[in-house]
Amino acid sequence: MEVKNLATTIFRIPEVEGRWMVMSGLAIVCIVLIMAIFAPLIAPYDPTKSSGEILEAPSMKHLMGTDNLGRDIFSRIIYGSRVVLMVVFSASLVSMSIGVPIGLISGYFGGKLDRAISMLMDSMYAFPSLILAIAIAAVLGPSVVNAVVAISVVYVPTYFRMIRGQTLSLKSRLFVEAAKAIGAKDTRIMGRYILPNIVTTVVVVFSLSVADAILTEAGLSFLGFIVTAPTPDWGFELSAGRPYLPAGYWWMITFPGLMVMLLSLGFALIGEGLSEIYAPGRER
Amino acid sequence: MLLDVKNLKTYFYSKRGVLRAVDNVSIGVNRREFISIVGESGCGKSTLAYSIIRLIDTPGKIVNGKILFDGKNLVELSEEEMRKLRGREIGMVFQDPMTSLDPLEKIGEQIVETIIEHQDVDKKEAWERAAILLEKVGLSGDRVNYYPHQLSGGQRQRVMIALAVSLNPKLLIADEPTTALDVIVQEKIMDLLEGMKRENRAVILITHDFALAADRSDKIAVMYAGWLIEFGEADKLANEPLHPYSEGLISSVPDVWEDRDIKPMPGFPPDLIDPPKGCRFRPRCPKAMDKCINEPPTFSVNGRIVKCWLYGENK
Amino acid sequence: MIEVKNLKKYFPVQKSAIEVLLSKKIEYIRAVDGISFKVEKGEVLSLVGESGCGKTTTGRILVGLEDPTDGKIIFKGKDITKLDKEEFRKVRRHLQMIFQDPYASLNPKMKIGEHIEDPLIIHNIADNKEARELALQMLERVGLVPADQFYNRLPYQLSGGQRQRVAIARAMILKPEFVVADEPVSMIDVSLRAAILDLLMSFKAEYSLSMLFITHDLSVARVVGDRIAVMYLGKIVEIGETRKVIHRPKHPYTAALLSAVPSFLKREIKIEIIGDVANPRDPPPGCKYHPRCPFAKEICSKEEPKLEGKKHLAACHFPLDLNL
Repeated sequence: MEVKNLATTIFRIPEVEGRWMVMSGLAIVCIVLIMAIFAPLIAPYDPTKSSGEILEAPSMKHLMGTDNLGRDIFSRIIYGSRVVLMVVFSASLVSMSIGVPIGLISGYFGGKLDRAISMLMDSMYAFPSLILAIAIAAVLGPSVVNAVVAISVVYVPTYFRMIRGQTLSLKSRLFVEAAKAIGAKDTRIMGRYILPNIVTTVVVVFSLSVADAILTEAGLSFLGFIVTAPTPDWGFELSAGRPYLPAGYWWMITFPGLMVMLLSLGFALIGEGLSEIYAPGRER
Repeated sequence: MLLDVKNLKTYFYSKRGVLRAVDNVSIGVNRREFISIVGESGCGKSTLAYSIIRLIDTPGKIVNGKILFDGKNLVELSEEEMRKLRGREIGMVFQDPMTSLDPLEKIGEQIVETIIEHQDVDKKEAWERAAILLEKVGLSGDRVNYYPHQLSGGQRQRVMIALAVSLNPKLLIADEPTTALDVIVQEKIMDLLEGMKRENRAVILITHDFALAADRSDKIAVMYAGWLIEFGEADKLANEPLHPYSEGLISSVPDVWEDRDIKPMPGFPPDLIDPPKGCRFRPRCPKAMDKCINEPPTFSVNGRIVKCWLYGENK
Repeated sequence: MIEVKNLKKYFPVQKSAIEVLLSKKIEYIRAVDGISFKVEKGEVLSLVGESGCGKTTTGRILVGLEDPTDGKIIFKGKDITKLDKEEFRKVRRHLQMIFQDPYASLNPKMKIGEHIEDPLIIHNIADNKEARELALQMLERVGLVPADQFYNRLPYQLSGGQRQRVAIARAMILKPEFVVADEPVSMIDVSLRAAILDLLMSFKAEYSLSMLFITHDLSVARVVGDRIAVMYLGKIVEIGETRKVIHRPKHPYTAALLSAVPSFLKREIKIEIIGDVANPRDPPPGCKYHPRCPFAKEICSKEEPKLEGKKHLAACHFPLDLNL
């Protein structure tokens, strides 16, 4: 995942502990969350109304400038965060609810079922996330709900693989065998012995795949698969601003682009930071 | 004396406080002597061994004392000088041998390399000696052609021992070398270690197995909570221990040849950061007296050294 | 009480790609190669041998963690190897195991109390409230007091010895009839072993348990076992009353083991053993032990000896007649 590498290259200074990464990531995410929740209170202007001055450079009046229709970009960014967060969170929650149980069951029982599902998941995983999302969204048609569906499908294999891998390695651990020897049923073993021990993995995978999903969402939005005008969404802003860049109007693209990158980075930091803290070998 | 440790103190500094792992220990080993250091985990025996070869790293530190080896005080030597000593003059076999075997080289090659470096023989002779060395640790000689990953953990441990012995050090320190191994192999390795005595060398064996110590050593040193609480001739100590801890330890261990009245030792070894005041064994001691709230001095009783108020008065 | 007849467990050998291309046969490691024994009610049978002899595998088969390749296990009148998953699950209530590694046999995310309650809940013996009561009582019984404090702790907060007590509590709470103890003290500090063994033996006496005590330490076997069985390369080479086997060993391997055990007493005898343990992939013909036996004669490389004797049996063409 490209985002993971980005966070790694910027922040992989040996002395920086996982805790700092999680803290900084959380700070970024919280800022955006506050932006989204309190949008009506924070945004200085109505994002869909023009203020008259088109393509104004960033100034005290319009912190991020205005777009080609005179709308305040800063306000559009703030409201755009709602779409981004909502799509990405819902999609990730759906992916998780499907991928985790399937990974657990497939890994635990093994056999033909496992082989079949793994093959399916591996082929899905082989697709670059954006391409697959586009393919699904194209079939379903552009809308916020369809985008959520498309993105959730894309990330199911990610959860599946991680959870299945963890399940496989936990399956052969002594305490799981001990549970079998007592006479525990498979459901109990999966629920009380394996699942609690993979929770930290699930949280890490969640953070990292949200980081990736933000980029996928931006891509889908850029191509117009999510929102239609005048609803603000960061990816959509990017595509709207693109034609004006050669003329020197950089603020239409730069700010949405920065926001996408920043939010993704935030989640990546949380995920990487957590995986540092819960690194294997550090038994808690 | 080949090795003379005087008043050694090795402490570890942590957020919780100072951990007195080795607290004022004095012990001597002569050539042709096999001594065992016996104690439970956490008593400081491994730390003592690591202190001798100066492998103590922060947060640990040798705070006080002298370690006289063949005339030199090891505490005063530089790291460079210590590096020359390690392996060649003082050999050490560690508890966890995952370390020094190169996975890409056959084990025979690794042994041959060390043999050639230290003994004046040609390659052919070195390979033969390597095969013999492997036999001595209970592996068949043709395993010289094996790679480390083809051997089990116990077999790798034996190769490490063979390597350490092949360097022919004046003093060999073995830290629980046979814990993971079976009795038959253990016997072979003990034979090998004992054999070093005949070559005018000395061996220090660190173990929690009193019977093993009693079986093979000339002298036994018993450690508890960082102290050396008893030291003397092995046979006599094992049959007539003086310190109540040694007595308790011996009585809690079964023997294959006789039905013994096994008495479990009550309590737990103390926290080395905040040990009991006075005698550190006092809370668990069946013979504790009022005196014992003061640290007992080390007394000498018929050639036995005991750190216990039962054996003397304060001067 | 429990009878094992001709138990076998063969593991197919993992081959490298080249080996698969070159040879057609599937090779097997005969981890357990036809062993038979009985353990009566209230009796402890020690199973001793070096690592790789098959003793741990035998224990695992008995509690259902491995399926045998052949043989029968008669327990409570039934051959438990023939039971289906659900029937066997019910039998497990009476057939428990204590594992060697106290650091690995407990669930890091489950409280101590929950570990002990688990068997009660799994077998529907008690509901949540009763289970908690019983768990607290059991914690006291195994010496983990104050019980309510230990109830809420997690495994990482306990020492090895304490964890092993939890493992024992968990195995004993169902009042099983047969317990397999797989090297229960070998990873515990020497000075604490006696206490753990005492605890185990007290349960054995209280519940009239039958126990299979697996160990490589003959000194421990002497303390716990009524009878002792010596295994080598998947076979039982000697079996009999503990003191008889120790003081009058018949099989040269038993004698070699005995002479290698460190002891406070001086031994009068030293029996040699030649070389390293044979490769289990390629066992020798005839008596499996003959290449290492200083007393081997020609017949030993041709014919495999059977276990012979009345109460003290040995599988040897030329059993020893020693008095140690």
